[in-house]
Amino acid sequence: MAQALKDKQIAPGTAKAKDSVIGAAANAGQTAEPDAGGDSSPLILLEMVHRLKVRDVMSTELLTLNRQAPMKRAQELMRANNISGIPIREGGRLYGLVSIDDIIRALEGGYINEPCGRHMTTHLIVLEDDMPVAFALRYFDRYKYGRFPVLNRGRTLVGIVSQRDINRVLLHELTQEFERLERAHKGVNVGVGEDDHLYMLCEYPVVKLDFENAGKAANEIKILLRDRNVDTRVTRRIAVAAYELELNMCVHSDGGTLTFLVSNGRAEVIAKDTGPGIPDVEWACRDGSSTANDWIRSLGFGAGMGLPNTKRVSDTFDISSAPGKGTTVRAGFALRLSNPEEEAKPS
Amino acid sequence: MTLQELAAACEGEILAAPDGEVAVNAAYTSDLLSDVMGNAPPESVLITVQNHLNTIAVCTLADIRVVLVCHGRDIPDDMLAAARREGIALLRTPLDQFHASCRLAALA
Repeated sequence: MAQALKDKQIAPGTAKAKDSVIGAAANAGQTAEPDAGGDSSPLILLEMVHRLKVRDVMSTELLTLNRQAPMKRAQELMRANNISGIPIREGGRLYGLVSIDDIIRALEGGYINEPCGRHMTTHLIVLEDDMPVAFALRYFDRYKYGRFPVLNRGRTLVGIVSQRDINRVLLHELTQEFERLERAHKGVNVGVGEDDHLYMLCEYPVVKLDFENAGKAANEIKILLRDRNVDTRVTRRIAVAAYELELNMCVHSDGGTLTFLVSNGRAEVIAKDTGPGIPDVEWACRDGSSTANDWIRSLGFGAGMGLPNTKRVSDTFDISSAPGKGTTVRAGFALRLSNPEEEAKPS
Repeated sequence: MTLQELAAACEGEILAAPDGEVAVNAAYTSDLLSDVMGNAPPESVLITVQNHLNTIAVCTLADIRVVLVCHGRDIPDDMLAAARREGIALLRTPLDQFHASCRLAALA
């Protein structure tokens, strides 16, 4: 063990303990950083183990004993709580740790009733609470210990971290990250079919009152069409419909999905939300009809023009709604590719 | 009509200018973004008080090239960043929408 303490008593407040324990960990950590997690780890995981700090993953509910407690008491605590080490602490200060090995030796040596202070492990490697989890992983790999005590900058024992703690938090974070990615991009699928027709199937989630992202789906659809040389006027009409339907869902619905479909020379924008539904669809499609509140109007929305605008720019228009269930709007378009000669004429 | 000419005509300042020439041949005055979306002509200047991110989104979709924000209203950083990203020129004038529109109309 390279960073073992020679002092029998670990006193993190003293210069010696500080240099030999914390200092060693910090220095080694720097060299460990580039290969933490391994080169083949997905970037997302690498980012996570560098972003998360030891304090984010450690257990703070500590079972500790003081130096006078008998080794037998440590053995009982470990068995009752199914843990493999008890930190020996007094007044926030870490003095050592009683491990299963220490207990076995005490049983063999017949000193299980003697105080922990005399037989605990004092050659400790500790982590600091603001080190990245990548450092901790490296330490588990290097030292093969089941757990590390965690100190804060004031050298006070603030937690203990095991590999199980890290796994639990990483799994939780990964799940959240995947959910976020799924929400952010449900899928874009674009290509040219055997019949030379363009086909696209793009789905975009729309979140209630998320004005910051409102319009992004419409913009992406517009770029997809422009890049495939679709007539600019048709592209503009589709973009307007997509934007209006996207904004409608953002303003009025509980959230939903905007789907963009292209096949057989036709395009369709489908807005499907999960509620609350429109009680009077005919009224809602009339110019100027709106249920938007003042602050939405102050942004320049909610003028009651969304559905009429969509209807006007689309070749086919269909809306169905059930109060309490949700609304589905379909706006259809005949696609055509751009023809430079024709587009030179005023529209 | 260049951005400099537009700015000079309405005592305005240029906050974001895309690379290259900005071609505009029409203008539209409105604070209702749905109205803008439905009725503003492409290749145009939008004269408005709507100083937020969604204005840029609408202009991107409706092929509007220039946004002229009236009343000298503050431009939020995210709006400015979006304008630069989308290549939309962003101008600001101390005038109100009516007077700004009149000055631009006189240029035509």
